[in-house]
Amino acid sequence: MKPQILTANRLRDGIVVFFTRDGGWSERIDDSRLSDDEASRAEMVAAGERAAAAGTVVGPYLIDAAVSGGHIRADRLRERIRAAGPTAGSEQTLKYV
Amino acid sequence: MYRYDEFDAAFVHQRVEQFRDQVARRLNGSLSEDEFRPLRLMNGLYLQLHAYMLRVAIPYGTLSSRQLRALAEIARRYDKGYGHFTTRQNIQFNWPALADIPDILLALAEVEMHAIQTSGNCIRNVTADAFAGAAADEIEDPRVTCEIIRQWSTLHPEFSFLPRKFKIAVTGAPTDRAAVAVHDIGLKIVRNDAGEIGFEVAVGGGQGRTPMLAKVIRPFLPRRHLLSYLEAILRVYNQLGRRDNLYKSRIKILVHEVGTETLTQMVEDEWALIKDGPVELPAGEQERIGRYFAPPPFANLPAEAPRYEAERHRNEAFAAWTRTNVEAHRQQGYAIVTLSLKPAGGVPGDATAEQMDAIADLADRHSFGEIRVSHHQNLILAHVPRADLPDLWRALVALGLATANIGRVSDIIACPGLDFCSLANARSIPVAQRLSERFRDLDRAHDIGELRLNISGCINACGHHHVGHIGILGVDKKGEEFYQITLGGSSAEDAALGALVGPAFAADQVVDAVETIIETYRAHRRTGERFLDTYRRVGLAPFKESLYATA
Repeated sequence: MKPQILTANRLRDGIVVFFTRDGGWSERIDDSRLSDDEASRAEMVAAGERAAAAGTVVGPYLIDAAVSGGHIRADRLRERIRAAGPTAGSEQTLKYV
Repeated sequence: MYRYDEFDAAFVHQRVEQFRDQVARRLNGSLSEDEFRPLRLMNGLYLQLHAYMLRVAIPYGTLSSRQLRALAEIARRYDKGYGHFTTRQNIQFNWPALADIPDILLALAEVEMHAIQTSGNCIRNVTADAFAGAAADEIEDPRVTCEIIRQWSTLHPEFSFLPRKFKIAVTGAPTDRAAVAVHDIGLKIVRNDAGEIGFEVAVGGGQGRTPMLAKVIRPFLPRRHLLSYLEAILRVYNQLGRRDNLYKSRIKILVHEVGTETLTQMVEDEWALIKDGPVELPAGEQERIGRYFAPPPFANLPAEAPRYEAERHRNEAFAAWTRTNVEAHRQQGYAIVTLSLKPAGGVPGDATAEQMDAIADLADRHSFGEIRVSHHQNLILAHVPRADLPDLWRALVALGLATANIGRVSDIIACPGLDFCSLANARSIPVAQRLSERFRDLDRAHDIGELRLNISGCINACGHHHVGHIGILGVDKKGEEFYQITLGGSSAEDAALGALVGPAFAADQVVDAVETIIETYRAHRRTGERFLDTYRRVGLAPFKESLYATA
């Protein structure tokens, strides 16, 4: 079964977060809990729904991912951009980041 | 210059407090996302890929220096030090926290700004020619009409839940700088044979997945009937516009499905019922609202400005800038100056907080404290004495805002694309950056001449690719970014939709492909022909041949 991770946006500031191995949420994709079986996937989805209902995150959903070189990498470009931030844009050239 | 009246001020402050309460209830869990989403959209707040995005209206593209400084302060304090000017005379902040939004809206309200009608299925903020009140070819300032429509449409109960969003644009000049042909309603201010001012009314234009040019349904509408006629159009749409299919919900589909003639008849029938009713413009109302847009106190300047002429003769860089970035003004001795937000390798439409503050200072010094925002994602100082141009140019060079490329290949319209937008399929900004780097040589850009290059990162077409002389549309092909190219579009008075040139190009091929298209134009053009003229004469064939011919 293709490994998946759970992602969402944090309610308070909209920042991209990932469901972690210890059941919390992290801005780092490498902290993600990887799931490759039905049971743990269902568990993660249920945890995401609880976090959304509790007002921690918005819109949790599973995404395909893989481990390569010791890092977790999302399959789709959209999700890699969500995880790493914009590939281009003014915030990269400004000192406020 | 435009200002709120007391009703607007009270209403906007009320709305801020209402939304502050709604945000608090969302944060404490009393409101679910499903409940909150329509409320935040009514206040211009989206949730994008990386963060919330707040879209703020810049009514009719006009800002005071005080308002621009407030936007700079919001960028610095609540965002990452910049803002993004869009193709609809809005500014977007890409990184605000939900918890800060009520304070941001309050800061906006303090300078008579807001984010109302920037989202949702309502009549969106009305847009206008960015040169309004300044253009030499203008019949009448279109902002007066825009404000009349705004006062009628804001919170209009009948039109708050339309089948889909509804966009109106107004031009007061024969040169169309407001892209009226690709709006749900495009209004062109015209003069009839009797010398009276009225509107040519066109309906059903739009871009997106089904691009259409608006059809003229009334060549001359007397001014007093503006609102009753618009109301008739909106009523027909509200009743018959499709709510069963999101992709068919815009009025352009209704016009297409029933035909222009039938649609015109339906509007006229509806209008017959409400014409001369309560929304007719009372005598004096045009003049009353017109006073809110009174021209600044122009000085009586001579037509010639020796300082300007002298600088033009001895400074070629300045002279080149005046040829592309400076336009004729209706008032003798003044000029309209476009500040390019399209430096080579830059992000189209982005301005830093420092730039915004500096532009506000320059507006105070040279342009009666007024700034304009164009749908081409540039800023404009609309009323600059010609004698001031050399000093202004030097200041703009220092700020990186004097790229002499307005209307040239590197003056690219680009949507935020997959770097920011949750709807996008492909990135736009990096393609725009690579294109403006490739064409950074301004001598070459000037030789190429007028060229509109527009890029969208998905079929929704926020980057106006359908109406670019060259249009680029990002698509996703099995997880890879590809770019389709269309040729021959225009959003001006010669409006046209581009035609697809052939199969899409991979991300690493698209810049070369654009260069090939431009070189093909250069090989075929006749003296004085713009890219668009050559394309219209020779068609797609030579471009297809040079792009796809196998070696």
